[in-house]
This record gives sequence, structure tokens and C-alpha cells, in this order.
Amino acid sequence: MSVIELERASKTYPGGLQALRDVTLTIGQGELVAICGPSGSGKSTMLHLMGTLDRPSEGRVRLLGHDMATLSDRRLSAVRAHWIGFVFQQFFLTPHLTAVDNVATRLLYLGVPARRRAAAAREALERVGLGNRLTHRPHELSGGERQRVAIARALVARPVVLLADEPTGNLDTAAGAGIFDILWKLHEEGTTVVVITHNTDLAEAVPRRVDLLDGRLQ
Amino acid sequence: MIPAPARLSAWDLAAVGLAGLRARRGRAVLSALGVAIGIASMISVLGISAVSSAGLQEQLARVGTNVLTVAPGHSILGGQASLPLESVARVSHVPGVVGATAIAYMNGATARRTNLIDSAVTNGVGVAAARLDLLATLKGTVRSGTFLNAATARYPAVVLGTYAADRFGIDRPGRQIFVAGRWMTVIGILDPLPLAPDLDATALVGWPYAEKELGFDGHPTIVYERSTADRVTTIAKVLAATANPEHPDQVQVSRPSDALTAELAARAAFNGLFLGLGAVALLVGGIGIANVMVISVLERRQEIGLRRSLGATRGQIRLQFVVEAVVLSLCGGVTGTIVGLAASLLFAFAQGWPLALPAQVITLGVTAAVLVGIVSGLYPARRAAALTPTEALATG
Ligand SMILES: Nc1ncnc2c1ncn2[C@@H]1O[C@H](COP(=O)(O)OP(=O)(O)OP(=O)(O)O)[C@@H](O)[C@H]1O
Ligand SMILES: [Mg+2]
Repeated sequence: MSVIELERASKTYPGGLQALRDVTLTIGQGELVAICGPSGSGKSTMLHLMGTLDRPSEGRVRLLGHDMATLSDRRLSAVRAHWIGFVFQQFFLTPHLTAVDNVATRLLYLGVPARRRAAAAREALERVGLGNRLTHRPHELSGGERQRVAIARALVARPVVLLADEPTGNLDTAAGAGIFDILWKLHEEGTTVVVITHNTDLAEAVPRRVDLLDGRLQ
Repeated sequence: MIPAPARLSAWDLAAVGLAGLRARRGRAVLSALGVAIGIASMISVLGISAVSSAGLQEQLARVGTNVLTVAPGHSILGGQASLPLESVARVSHVPGVVGATAIAYMNGATARRTNLIDSAVTNGVGVAAARLDLLATLKGTVRSGTFLNAATARYPAVVLGTYAADRFGIDRPGRQIFVAGRWMTVIGILDPLPLAPDLDATALVGWPYAEKELGFDGHPTIVYERSTADRVTTIAKVLAATANPEHPDQVQVSRPSDALTAELAARAAFNGLFLGLGAVALLVGGIGIANVMVISVLERRQEIGLRRSLGATRGQIRLQFVVEAVVLSLCGGVTGTIVGLAASLLFAFAQGWPLALPAQVITLGVTAAVLVGIVSGLYPARRAAALTPTEALATG
């Protein structure tokens, strides 16, 4: 079954810049897809459309077969809460919260009661190998560890798809490799993963690679 | 199935709001302070007003509103007239009157601490002869010593009103003071007389002594009468003619409790002014909160974007910021209420008045704070919610 379908999707930003042109793409259940392309080629734009953070100017986005264009902003929020796990280059962790609390925040918008949130957050942190950093705050963690907290936060809600926008962009090679190991492991466990990367080694290794240039699929 | 957005529990909302404030403590305290000052001033005005009107009401209830005074007006020839000799006796025979008494001012007589003090320095203390039933009719009490009695009224004995005693620095009987050109012994000091405040600044001597030694002609200056409550208005109509049948037009009848009643009313008007000032302070506090929240929204665009990407709806973002503003305002409001109540308590204690703090005052403080929070949080919250997820995330 297809998890994500872009059908002739385009995105024109206010001001007339066309960041994505006529992209048609289907991503199936359990796939690991790398999105590659030079800076400004529209990779983030495409990922935002896949994750319902933004709507296409033209064309359709379907998640699990449902057309997202018909949904209200409220419903799209719920779709993100239930189906999507985002990982960003800048981590976006809340500074004064512990790793567990950062991860647990993800479950807030799923309506999970507070008791269960903490337990699930600990489990997710263990999955990314941070079982010994549960009560650390972001400034007490290395860059690689912070990104793993962010991945745990994306995973904890058991999303349909994990969307990662240059998750290793702020990390050195070793830490980046650690992050890819985790993504790879998640893929092997059956999670659908879409990752934007400039890392050519990884892009060569993944089962499927999508190249963008000037907003078009190559 | 397309999922539906989850509803945040009140508990979770409060926790999110508090967490936002904890991260910026100093700023939170400062902006809550504005609301605290506003609420504190409003609560203390209301509290002090409640305490003082309860105090006045208690006074009124104690002394009663059924006393009338008869005083000479100005005679046609000018100068102060006095009342006829028999006026007290006549007034006491009016149906409904339960007691009539009088005082007479000794014109030209002074009371001084010693004879060494210049007679021009009177300290505003006058000298009057008093009938023995004066205190009973006015429901006055002695602070220390005794009032005049049949025996002491014939001797150079003096009873001081509370203000007069304070002026002379006398707090217990026994001392000699210089009254009407001779030494007299202070035998008692009165508590304040709410129905005859003039007497607070008066030295009272015995009626027979004044007639015998001070050349007093026996004409009363002021007659006080107490009647049954239902007869007060009827008696007021006939009192002038009764006291001075020949010149009823030269007599002024008044109800001294009216002054207390008027004071109660005046206080209410005065309160309005201070409440207004408190409301202005509260408004400024609210604007302070709105200001801080607007800045907070600008600084926290990434957090907003992140929360949107985690599945927060616009409504939930809006609510988060409103809750933050309300929590902020409520912290100020609770502090202000406590300070305001403490001020009222202190005031009641200092005045020796009963504690009369209506519970509504507390409810009012808290409600006002919540309202200020909601109103001042609304605009920043709308701005936060208006951001699209990508706009918010793109910052910085
Ligand atoms: N909100 C926006 N408004 C206007 N233009 C935008 C906006 N976001 C992106 N763009 C433009 O759209 C184009 C594609 O941007 P996008 O962020 O998708 O590129 P990218 O492939 O992710 O690049 P990078 O590798 O540098 O992250 C760029 O030219 C960018 O300047
Ligand atoms: Mg990008």
C-alpha cells in the first residue's frame, strides 16, 4: 500500500518562486527513501508537503490514500500528530526540558495521559540508545545525542512515516553515521523513512533514491 | 480513517502554560507585578472601605439615630443666643422623649494645662457646664476615671473630652489643670462622642459649680434629647417651639447621627475614585502582560512551529498562550489580593474596628486577574496561532 503519493504537485511561494514543479512520486509502506539534490532544489519544500506542514499550490498529496486537500487545518494537525514523525536539522528541542519530557511532548497532542507519556518516552529513548541519558537536558547532550532525542520524539507516537530533513546536517561524520544506523534499523523494523541528505555514501546505499533539481524530479 | 485532533486536558494546558513561564522567570515576575499592584490597590480600597463602614455602622448602632439636638441659631441682633432656662424640662415632657440633657458653653473661659501657658493658646479646647445625665443620653463612655456626679459637680472638678485630654497630654485622672482662671482636678476622661464631636474638645465642669463660681446664668447652649425611634421625626417638628416658645425661629434642631450617615455615603463616593485609580493600575498591568506575551510569541516562533509539526492545532497554540497570560496574571492577582487583604487587616487592627472583609472581595480579585489575563493574552495568542507551521519553523 502507498503511504505517500504526490500527484503532479507544485509549490509556488508568494513572490512567484516555484520551488517544486509537477512532482509525481509514490512511496510505499516500509520504504527507505533518500532525497538528494543541490541546495535550493526544493527538497525541504517537498518534505513539508509530504508531512502536511504546507499545502501544494497545484496537484495532490495523498497519505494512506486520503486526499489531504479536503482536510481542514485542524484535521491536518491531527494527521501530523498521528501519522507523521518529523526530524529537523536543528533538532528543535525545548531547552529547559529533560530528554524524557522533550519526547513526551510529542504525545501531548495525541491525547495520551501524562502517566503513559513518560513511560513511552523512556522506551523510545531506549530504542535510539539513550537509555542512560533520560534526565539530561539538551545542553547536557552532544549534537548526535540531541538528534537521537529528536528521533525518539518522532518515533514515540509510532507514526506511519518518519520524515527527516538533513538530520545529520549539523553533525560530524561519526555522529551522522550513528544517526543513519538508527534510521536504517528503523527501516529494517518496518518503519517508512524519507530522509533528505547530502551524504552521498548513504544516498548510494539506500534502496531508493530521489533526485531533485530546480524543483523537478530527475 | 482520518484521525481527529485530541483534546488537551485542563491539567496539561496548565502545565504547558507554566512551563513557558518557568523558562522566563524574571520577565514573568516583572509583568505579574503590574497586575499585583493594580489588584492590591483595588482590594485594599475595598477592604479598608468595608472595614471602615462596618466600623461606622457599629458606631451608629451603638449610639443610635434617635438623638436630636436643639441649639440656638443666631438671634436677630446677632451674637449667640442661649436657650430659655426651662427648655430642658419642657423638652423632657414631650411624648416619646426618654431623656433630655444639656450643656452650656462658658464664653470666654479657657482651659489650659497650667497657668503659665498664655490664655490665648486654647488649643481649641472650650469649657462647658454639663448636666449629670449628659453621658447617659449621648451613650458616651469614660475612658478612665468617672463622669461628674451630684457631689463632684459642686467642686472644681473637670472631665475632659478625648481630644482635650490628648491635647493636654493627660491619660488618667488626678492632675490639676487651669480652667476658667482657677485650678481644677481632672476626674475623668471620655471616649469619643460620635453624636457630639464638639464635646471631644471640651473640658466639662459641673452645672451647680459653674452657677456658683463661674457666674453662669443657667441658660443651656445645647439641649440633647433621646426619644423612641418611631417618634424622632414627629418630635423634630415640635422641638423648636417646645424649647423656645417665644422665638422658635431662633432655634436650630438637628440630628447628629446624620453626620455619621453622611460620612458613610461620602466614603462610598471617595472609594469610587480610588477604585478607579486601582482599575487604571490594573489596566497598565494588563498591557504589560500583553506586551511581554507579544515579545514571547516573537521569540518562540520555532517552538510554535515545532508544536504545530507535532500535531498542535491552531486552537491549541492559541489556548497555550492565553493560558500562559492567565497564569501570569493570576500569579499577580493572588499576590495582589493577599497584599490588599493584609493592608485592610492592618487598617482594621490600627483603628480597632471589626474585621469585615466580604468574601466577594477575594473572588473579585481573582476574577479580575483571570479576565485581565484572558484579554491581554488574546491578541498575542492570535498572532501565535496565525503563523503557519513552515513560517514558524523557518525562523532563525
Ligand atoms: N517560505 C518561503 N518563501 C519563499 N521562498 C521560499 C520559502 N521557502 C523556500 N523558499 C525558496 O524555495 C526554494 C526551495 O527551497 P527549499 O528549502 O525547498 O530548498 P532545499 O532543497 O531544502 O535547500 P537546502 O538544501 O538548502 O535546504 C529556495 O529557492 C528557497 O529560497
Ligand atoms: Mg532544506
